[in-house]
Amino acid sequence: MGAEVVVEGLTKSFGSQNIWRDVTLTLPPGEVSAMLGPSGTGKSVFLKSMIGLLKPDSGKCVINGTDIVQCSERDMYEVRKLFGVLFQDGALFGSMNLYDNVAFPLREHTKKSESEIKRIVLEKLEMTGLSGAEGKLPGEISGGMRKRAGLARALVLDPEIILCDEPDSGLDPVRTAYLSQLLIDLNAQIDATILVVTHNINLARTLPDNLGMLFRKELIMFGPREVLLTSEEPVVEQFLNGKRLGPIGMSEEKDTAQMAAEQAMADAGHHHGGTEDVRGVVPQILPTPGLPERKGERRRKDRVMQILHTLPPAAQEGIIESLSEQDRQHYGVQRHASAGAQHGGGSSAPQASQGQLPADQVAQLPSHGWGTADQLRSTDEIPPGQGGAR
Amino acid sequence: MTATTAVKFPGRGMLEQTGRLFALGLDVIRLSFHRPFQTREFIQQAWFIAGVSILPTMLVSIPFGAVVSLQLGSLVSQLGAESFTGAVSVLAIIQQASPIVTALIVAGAAGAAICADIGARTIREEIDAMEVLGVSAVQRLVVPRVLACMLVAMLLNGVVSVVGVLGGYFFNVILQDGTPGAYLASFSALAQLPDLWISEIKAILFGFMAGVVACYRGLNPPPGPKGVGDAVNQSVVITFLLLFFINFILTAVYLTVVPPKTG
Repeated sequence: MGAEVVVEGLTKSFGSQNIWRDVTLTLPPGEVSAMLGPSGTGKSVFLKSMIGLLKPDSGKCVINGTDIVQCSERDMYEVRKLFGVLFQDGALFGSMNLYDNVAFPLREHTKKSESEIKRIVLEKLEMTGLSGAEGKLPGEISGGMRKRAGLARALVLDPEIILCDEPDSGLDPVRTAYLSQLLIDLNAQIDATILVVTHNINLARTLPDNLGMLFRKELIMFGPREVLLTSEEPVVEQFLNGKRLGPIGMSEEKDTAQMAAEQAMADAGHHHGGTEDVRGVVPQILPTPGLPERKGERRRKDRVMQILHTLPPAAQEGIIESLSEQDRQHYGVQRHASAGAQHGGGSSAPQASQGQLPADQVAQLPSHGWGTADQLRSTDEIPPGQGGAR
Repeated sequence: MTATTAVKFPGRGMLEQTGRLFALGLDVIRLSFHRPFQTREFIQQAWFIAGVSILPTMLVSIPFGAVVSLQLGSLVSQLGAESFTGAVSVLAIIQQASPIVTALIVAGAAGAAICADIGARTIREEIDAMEVLGVSAVQRLVVPRVLACMLVAMLLNGVVSVVGVLGGYFFNVILQDGTPGAYLASFSALAQLPDLWISEIKAILFGFMAGVVACYRGLNPPPGPKGVGDAVNQSVVITFLLLFFINFILTAVYLTVVPPKTG
């Protein structure tokens, strides 16, 4: 099982400029988490603080019982062996070819024979689609290939924690989808704790179990994916939909006057920048058929169901919707009537409360008024074009 | 921790940098004895440093020997002590000129290259990646480079001494009509064995310093590609400043500790 990462009250400044303060979160072991945030909110800095490359001003970051912020150099090197880190540009060693790059951690930390190293390296290179490129130097390949090679290198030691700094930047949508699938498959195979830092909405909606968002020097929220995906928080909503309307501006924040002006323009018909309404919980990527079930997913379900009553109603609904019929019986919950939870707003889809929906009823739904937030949030009612993230 | 970062006074940054430079120097010494030693990297670096500095060193040392010889020759002849020209020029070249010339070239040619190399790796996050993979960049990259600088500086010092003395001999005998016999005979009149030792000790220390300063600036460059350029520039300048300062101290100590040879 992957290691648990507990971050408490982490604060970081460069000189007098505060980057973020009092960040507290727990990466549950073996689960996939993602950190969102507009550019320049210190997501990469957060990642680097977690592995001890930057020293936070205060707070704790405990991994397997070792506090990265306070520990000795020797402990730090030991803890770092648990990590596999994918840097933004891959961070390959420019003087070595891809093969040597990927073999580097094995040669440094294991006593494996050269033939075994070769087997592992070629396996990881194949996994990331780089077979045949092992003799190339990092300077000779494209940015996307460098990124994938960086991932291959991060994976050779079978890390317990995998950190990815913007795995999607510089990759086309298809490769990004493959990369997400690869991460999920990895999680199923080695049960590693994964943290992805990104601002790719698609990735954020389909890949992680848990989502967090950094904005205005603070961790706005961190929790099960359904919480953030159904959040009414203006920042989150704006970010997920990629609109100009909202608190995030071109520079980090904008003032009320500008917000009002933009709202007025949008009301007058000016395009707000977002393309489609992407609120609501979409199905998560599943491991490739044939791979073992994700152990983290099972643990997560138990964990989320335990805290279900503390979550906002919309998130509760999303969670229950995404459970299978079996699970609902197992946890003793029903759609639209979660156990012991108040469901805000009148239920507008009474026929759904029985669980099984006949297929033809879905097609009839538009007559019940498309477009209200309540309905869009239910997984079954999302048109096929939007739910296609499998 | 926050209390210490809050204190601000003029010159604080400079002290901080000096302290961190010194800390890196200590780390290098400590990690030099850590297994596994990067033999391959060490040999590659030593070969590279020797390659870039051997020719410039020789080309600089010939005129340097000549200048010392010419200057001293005219001075000494005014005092009527032509027979000591050889003695004085040997002393000047071996004790002062040779280690300094060596260090200038090692810092200027090799140090700049090392600093640029490590600086580029730093801004491309290669150093971070290495640290994250649980490999100490100081042990893996810095130690072999510093040791290579020391080895090459020590060896180059020998070359410069020989070439410098030969240059001095040539100019004294051919251009100043000095007597070859007197020049050679007076070699050991003032010079003694400890002069050779101090010369090599200086060269090794200067090599160490050039290596550490280059690596330090390379590991902590100002941001951006231009930062690497600035770092290279600074590393050379800092090395030169430190070089003459350390040379002054070493010379002062040496002259006090080792009694000069008389007649």
